[in-house]
Amino acid sequence: MEIVIAIAIGILTASGIWLILRPRSFQVIIGLSLLSYAINLFIFSMGGIKVGSPPLLDPSQTDLTIYADPVPQALVLTAIVIGFATTALFLVVLLASRGLTGGDHVDGREDR
Amino acid sequence: MTWSDHLVILPILLPLAAGALSILLDGRVRHGPATVNLLSTLGLLAIAWILAWRTLGPGSLADGAQVVRVYLLGDWPSSFGIVLVLDRLSATMLALSATLSVGALVFSLARWHRMGQHFHPLFQFLLMGVNGAFLTGDIFNLFVFFEVMLAASYGLALHGSGKARVKAGMHYIAVNLVASLVLLIGASLVYAAAGTLGMADLAMRAPLLDERSRTLLEMGGAALSVAFLVKAAMWPLGLWLPAAYSTAAAPIAAMFAIMTKVGVYALLRFGWLLSDSRSPDFFNAQWLMIGGLATIAFGALGALASKETPRAAAFLTMVSSGTLLTVISIGDLSLVSAALYYLITSTLAAGALFCLAELAERDLDEKKPAAEDQGELAVPLLEAYGLQEDEPQDEEVGVPVPAVLAVLGIGFLACTLLMAGLPPLSGFIAKFAILRAMFESGHMGRAWIVTAALMLSGFATLAAMTRIGMRLFWSDAERPPPKVRFIEVAPVAMLLLCCVALTAQAGPAMAYLRGVAEGLSAPSSYIEAVRNAPRMREPLAEPPPLGSRTHQEGAAVAPLIVPALAPAASAPSPASALPAPPAALPSAPAAGGAP
Repeated sequence: MEIVIAIAIGILTASGIWLILRPRSFQVIIGLSLLSYAINLFIFSMGGIKVGSPPLLDPSQTDLTIYADPVPQALVLTAIVIGFATTALFLVVLLASRGLTGGDHVDGREDR
Repeated sequence: MTWSDHLVILPILLPLAAGALSILLDGRVRHGPATVNLLSTLGLLAIAWILAWRTLGPGSLADGAQVVRVYLLGDWPSSFGIVLVLDRLSATMLALSATLSVGALVFSLARWHRMGQHFHPLFQFLLMGVNGAFLTGDIFNLFVFFEVMLAASYGLALHGSGKARVKAGMHYIAVNLVASLVLLIGASLVYAAAGTLGMADLAMRAPLLDERSRTLLEMGGAALSVAFLVKAAMWPLGLWLPAAYSTAAAPIAAMFAIMTKVGVYALLRFGWLLSDSRSPDFFNAQWLMIGGLATIAFGALGALASKETPRAAAFLTMVSSGTLLTVISIGDLSLVSAALYYLITSTLAAGALFCLAELAERDLDEKKPAAEDQGELAVPLLEAYGLQEDEPQDEEVGVPVPAVLAVLGIGFLACTLLMAGLPPLSGFIAKFAILRAMFESGHMGRAWIVTAALMLSGFATLAAMTRIGMRLFWSDAERPPPKVRFIEVAPVAMLLLCCVALTAQAGPAMAYLRGVAEGLSAPSSYIEAVRNAPRMREPLAEPPPLGSRTHQEGAAVAPLIVPALAPAASAPSPASALPAPPAALPSAPAAGGAP
């Protein structure tokens, strides 16, 4: 299980980093999205990976070892919301840049 | 808990409410958003000064004793809930950001606030993020407030639109989004290692961690400090700064001068909180000094090379940031107070310089052709997003200032003296205090390096500013004096007069900052205050003492908590339902795996 998550995070991060280094603003935004998915998975896995265990307290269960850690799950929700909002904001800037320069190069012009 | 205890949260709530209100008023009430913004900013200034007063200990100004005020949000106990912590350092930073924001806002009221949409709400949200970052007591909320601050700054950086702003803004946003992701990695690694996100909690647990968790913690700390250094614009990480700051509208660039200091603040805070015994050394290490020196060199060369005043001012911001990083890397108590004095001076001077630059270059700009700025596609799309480039109209607001070039020249001279660290103004006192503390602290080798760096950067600053000053004020005798209004000169004068006051009252100011540094260097008062923060209502079940819940004992502790939870679980109150997770789970990454 850990190895699957680790490989998934690795692939997402690698693709994300490759994409944000590309010269097209669309590639950059996709790269940022992939990177934020990778980070979200990473935060999630930092609480320890447990299969089939609830994050919420059940009054009849007093053994705390059966629960999954709820804190990373709360963190990841916040991170998703914030990442979503900032990506949307970046998209607006991207469109404005497209409108102003007529191209989608991140520097506003091609290197010739 | 009296009403005055709630003052601690007002620096966050007031801008939030004012920002929301000014969105509602926008377009309905003439001058509504501007009035709300101004009232809220002035209110923040008053609150910041009251808070700074209330953190003083019973003794004199220089007394290291401080009253740390802890605000429990929703009255959760501090080990589980979100806390705001106000100590002397955060109160000082709040007062600085409030003072700077009053200057920037009044300056913008002359004409810049009409150049685009939603200036006033974004300005308030920026203040909310900055204040929140100074007040928060845990790492994840530091991330959240960083995001609030950055999201508002993205909007403000693009304020007024135009090709250059959008291009610089896009780079700025991309770099800072990546930095935020790195900050998240750091926060989650710290949580995995220490099982907590609270700064006080972390400072207490860090020395008790075993080797494995320590490695994780240090990796987390490294990631966090990379994120902070992007904000503080250390050399290889701060290349986004000159373009973003120099293209931003003048009052906004002035406001941004505080944002690099937020990164420095976070480094100071973490570095000193974790300075006890075996704590990792990642926030004030040798390489921080090397990075700081590189930043000074890069900023000084950049200032020498730049033609436009705002660009030079942006590079000078980097120089001051590099100086701060170099100085705090030594981690000596007397250096911290000198560094704080330098921080305040350089922030106010940078704010004044960004505003002055715009005033002095105002009609030089008009000679440039503005038409080529927009491509053919531009117009419909830009109108759709409300991004059309508004050249500020020359309608009269207030009275033009007589002898305007003389006034601007005096202001420019003051900025030069402050930035280059020449006598008689406070820039000199700051650098002198830094050098004196360096030599007294006994790090002779490093003291000479820092001396050389400060002298050379001061010299480069002086050369750059002289050249710009000659171009602005002496090059063109026939140039008509720029139209400048009192409302634009007054805030610049206010910021510069603050520096003059700092110079005249350097003794009390240094004594106060010495007290701030002493409060910072004794993290136990911070940690104790957060741990023992009194709740309004008595808890139903007393959580076990924090010291026993260390990482190694995670497995042994779980049964200990169960009896505490058992009575709570039967009670209907939601307040008792939470206290489980951080205690039981730190061992999960190590032990809890799939079969």
